[in-house]
Amino acid sequence: MVDQATGEEGLIQLLDPVGARVDTPENAGYRARVAHLEGDDLRAMYRDMVLTRRFDDEATALQRQGELALFAQARGQEAAQVGSAYALAPQDYVFPSYREHGVLHVRGVDPVDRLRLFRGQDHGGWDPAEHNVQLYTLVLGSQVLHATGYAMGIQRDGLVGTGDPTRDAAVAVYFGDGTTSQGDVHEAMVFAAVNDSPVVFYLQNNQWAISEPTTRQAKVPFADRGLGYGIPSVRVDGNDVLACYAVTLEALERAHSGGGPTLIEAFTYRMGAHTTSDDPTRYREREEEEYWRRRDPLERLEALLKAEGLWDEAWFAAVEADAEVLAERIRTETRELGAPPTEALFEHVYATPHATVAEERAWFAEYEDETEASR
Amino acid sequence: MTTTTERTAQTTAQRDVQTLAFAKALTLGMRNAMAEDPKVLVMGEDVGRLGGVFRVTDGLQAEFGEDRVVDTPLAESGIVGTAIGLALRGYRPVCEIQFDGFVFPAFDQITTQLAKMHYRSRGKLTVPVVIRIPFGGGIGAVEHHSESPEALFAHTAGLRIVSPSTPHDAYDMMRASIASPDPVIFMEPKGRYWSKGAVDLAAPPAPGVLDTARVVRSGTEVTLVAYGPTVATALKAADALAAEGTSAEVVDLRAISPLDIPAVVASVRRTGRCVVIHEAPSAHGIGAEVVSRVTEEAFHHLEAPVLRVGGFHAPYPVAKLEHDYLPSVDRILDAVDRSLAY
Repeated sequence: MVDQATGEEGLIQLLDPVGARVDTPENAGYRARVAHLEGDDLRAMYRDMVLTRRFDDEATALQRQGELALFAQARGQEAAQVGSAYALAPQDYVFPSYREHGVLHVRGVDPVDRLRLFRGQDHGGWDPAEHNVQLYTLVLGSQVLHATGYAMGIQRDGLVGTGDPTRDAAVAVYFGDGTTSQGDVHEAMVFAAVNDSPVVFYLQNNQWAISEPTTRQAKVPFADRGLGYGIPSVRVDGNDVLACYAVTLEALERAHSGGGPTLIEAFTYRMGAHTTSDDPTRYREREEEEYWRRRDPLERLEALLKAEGLWDEAWFAAVEADAEVLAERIRTETRELGAPPTEALFEHVYATPHATVAEERAWFAEYEDETEASR
Repeated sequence: MTTTTERTAQTTAQRDVQTLAFAKALTLGMRNAMAEDPKVLVMGEDVGRLGGVFRVTDGLQAEFGEDRVVDTPLAESGIVGTAIGLALRGYRPVCEIQFDGFVFPAFDQITTQLAKMHYRSRGKLTVPVVIRIPFGGGIGAVEHHSESPEALFAHTAGLRIVSPSTPHDAYDMMRASIASPDPVIFMEPKGRYWSKGAVDLAAPPAPGVLDTARVVRSGTEVTLVAYGPTVATALKAADALAAEGTSAEVVDLRAISPLDIPAVVASVRRTGRCVVIHEAPSAHGIGAEVVSRVTEEAFHHLEAPVLRVGGFHAPYPVAKLEHDYLPSVDRILDAVDRSLAY
C-alpha cells in the first residue's frame, strides 16, 4: 500500500509484525545468530528502545517549549538502531548521521550531551573517543567517506583478521534513503570495496527524505546497489530488532575477519516528522502512517516478550520509572546548559595559533570591554 | 637519493645542501617526513606506480609500499573524505589533487568537513591532512589545468593555505605542513616544478615557515607582494626596474592564510608604494585583502593607492591567450609606473 520504490520483498525477518518468530530455511543462519539471546537480553533491548523513544518525546517537548532550536526524532527506527548497536564490539567505531539517538543511547553517549547540538550550545557535544562515536554529521553522506577512511586506518593498524574478538575492529556508518543519492556514498562504496575495508554501511530506509519518497531516489531496492560494487548486501525488516541485530552481527563478522564491507538496508519508517520544523501532513497520507503505526517496533518486541513468558509487570514498571528519571533529567539539565562563553567563538578554529583569528579575537575583546565601560 | 641531483656544497653533519628541482624538493619533503613518521601516508590518483602525473611522488611507493602510498579511485571527494577518516584514526595523509581545476568535487569535504572538524569538536579532534594542489598557468595546458583557486579556500576558517616559491621553501614548507595539526592546502606552482635551487636537506623546518612572509629582494621605492608562481615574475620586474633606476622590494608571502600582514606593512612603511601580484583573478581576491590591510595599517605612509596585478574576471582562457591573462613583467612595470606617477 505504501508508495515506495522498492517494496518489502526479500526482507530478512525473525519476528513478524505481531511479534511471532519467523522460521524459514532462508533465515536459519540469522536465527542461529540470535539463539544465544536470553530473556534478560531481550528485555534489555526493549528497555533501550523505550528509553530511546522517551528521549525523543522529551526532546520534542523541549523544542516546543523553546528550549531546543530544532530536533530530529528517531521514532519508529528504534529497532533498526538499537538492534544494530547491540551487535557492535566496544572497539568498533560508529559514524552516525544526525538521527541515531538509539545507537548513541546504546553506546553510552550522555542524553543531555546529545541535545547540545539541537540547543545551539555546541556543534558536537561529546568526546568521540569516549564511546567510539563520531559527532553527528549534518552534510548528507560526508560521514560515509570518513567512516571508510577510518576503516582504512584500522586496516593499516593491523586490526582486521587477527582472530582475536577483543582486537578485530570495524566501522558502522549510518545514513538514510535520501543520502544514498549523494555522490559521497557512491565514492565511499568504491573505496571500501576495492580496499576490502571493514565497514558496515547501515542504511536506514525510513521511506522519507523530508518530503521526498523513495521513488525520488531509486528504481530498485537500495540494497541492490551494493552488488554493483561487489559489496555483499542484505535487506532486513528494520522494525524487527532481532533481525537487525543478526544481520549487523553477520556484517561485523565479515568486516572483522577481513572480508570487507557490507551494505545493510534496514527497511523501516520515520513515524514522526523529519524534524520539528517539518509538517508531514503536507506530503503523506494518514493511512500510510496508520499502516506503519501497526508495525511499531516496540509493540513487536513487547508481543514477543509476552508470548514467550518473558514479560514481567514489576520489571516493566521499573522500565517506566527509568524512563521517567531520564525524562526528568533531560528536562532539568538541558535547561541548565546555558550558552558557551563568547570566547568560544574564537576557540579551536585552528589547533595552532593563526594570526587572523588572534587579531579578530583581540579586537572583539577590546570592543566588548569598551562597550561595557560606556554603558 | 643523490643519483639524480647535483651536489653543490660539501656535506657536513649540520648541512646537506643540494641543488634540486622544485618538484624533487617536494618529493624529498614527503619522503623524509614518511621516513620519520610511519603515520604519514601519500594518497591520490596515479601517485603510486606512476609517481604522479608530475612525478612529484616518484619513488615513494617503491620505498614505502602500497599501504602508505595509495593509488586511489578517481574521486576527489573520496580522496579527501577518506583522508579525513584516516586522520581521525591517527594518520597524517598527504593528498594529491592532480590539477587545480579538479579540486572542486572535494570542495565540500574540504570546506564543510575538514576545515570545521577541530572547531565543531571543540578541539577534541584534529585532522592533520595536507592537500597538495598543482596550480597556476603558463604551461600551455587545456581547460581546468591552469587555475588558481586559493582565494576560495582562504575564505574558509580552519584551513591553512601556503604556496612556496623556491625549492628550499618547497622542502621546508612540505615538512612543516605534514607536521602541522591543522589541515593545510598546499598550493604548488606547477610552472616552477622544473626550476632549480639550493636546498638544505639536513636543516630542521624553519619555525613559522607556514605563517611568515619573507623579503626576497630589498628595495626602497616600491614593494612588490607576490607568492608562488608570481614571485619569480616579480623578481624579474624588480631587475627591470633596477635597470631603469627604480629600487623595488619583493615580499614573498609564502602563507596565504594567515597572511603575514606585519611583514608587508613594514615593507610598505619603508617604500610608500605597493603592488600585489597573483595569477588568480584580481576581483574578490587575496590581493584585495592585502590592499585592505595595508590601507588600514600604513595609510599615512602611502604615496599612492595600492594596486593589483592579476588574472581577469573571466574563466581561465585558452592556452593561446594565457600570456595575456597572466601577470607579466610588463603589466607589473605598468602598475609600478602608475604608482610612481600618482
